[in-house]
Amino acid sequence: MNNPFCLKGKKILVTGASSGIGRQIAISVSGMGAETFITGRNEQRLSDVFNLLEVPGTQYVADLDIEQEQDNLIELMPNLDGVVLSAGIVKTLPFKFINRKDLDSIFETNFFSPAILINKLLKTKKLNKNGSVVFISSIAGNYVGTVGNAMYSASKGAINAMQKVLAIELSAQRIRVNNISPGMIKTELIYDPIFTEEQLKDDEKKYPLGFGEPIDVANAAIYLLSDASKWVTGSTLIIDGGFTIQ
Amino acid sequence: MNIEKFISEFADQFDDLDTSSFTAETLFKENDEWSSMTALSVIAMVDDVYAVRLTGDDIRNSKVIQDIYDIVLKKSNS
Repeated sequence: MNNPFCLKGKKILVTGASSGIGRQIAISVSGMGAETFITGRNEQRLSDVFNLLEVPGTQYVADLDIEQEQDNLIELMPNLDGVVLSAGIVKTLPFKFINRKDLDSIFETNFFSPAILINKLLKTKKLNKNGSVVFISSIAGNYVGTVGNAMYSASKGAINAMQKVLAIELSAQRIRVNNISPGMIKTELIYDPIFTEEQLKDDEKKYPLGFGEPIDVANAAIYLLSDASKWVTGSTLIIDGGFTIQ
Repeated sequence: MNIEKFISEFADQFDDLDTSSFTAETLFKENDEWSSMTALSVIAMVDDVYAVRLTGDDIRNSKVIQDIYDIVLKKSNS
């Protein structure tokens, strides 16, 4: 039979592709045949990822928090069959220490930028019929709360709320909109020096299958971008090694 | 920097404990209230007041308030 997860002939944009989960998603979707367009902030690392793509589209170094750079990116893009919103940042602060500056910065990257990017892609009619939008969200803010994680959690909760509306609005064009909500994935994002190695090890013990790897999220993204999920929209795939069932 | 002021700022991160007897030599983890949340609060307070980034290891390797004070002093001079 034909591989239902094949992405050949599709053009897919991945944000946050210079590191972590976004990097692996870019490599994986390209490996499944998609012509892959990538964007990220770090020029060297983005170019390293670009060189690993089996079917390279274009690489564009951009800070998507800056609207002009979003406009430039969109102008460069062909019509797309898939978009993966993977750029994200985190800052851990007990609630009494949160502040407007950090909240703004987290919401800018984790919520406003992906929201406005999709908005602009729709306005410029660059999302193809039968296309797929995948937000990389989190179990944080949607299923669990952890100490010091209020700002990040709020931004991810906002993503899941918005995604349901987008899924309804875009269903007429058969554009599907889904989330992946991962638990702790081994990327540099989680190795915040405010936590000791011992604390991370203790946290990992709370995961029935241990911490995840970027490939675990990338494989889910392949599914949601492929025609295998053609009847799946408005859903959230929890990829967390069993953390939230406890 | 001043150790008296620092002890008061440090003590402020506790909500239930009677911290009136806190000194530079207080073993700050040897009480019922100390938790990972208190540790995060100390790190956030030091960042706010002294613009110094403490790590989890800095806290783990410290026993008394003076130890933390010395690390903050060293990092703020570097």
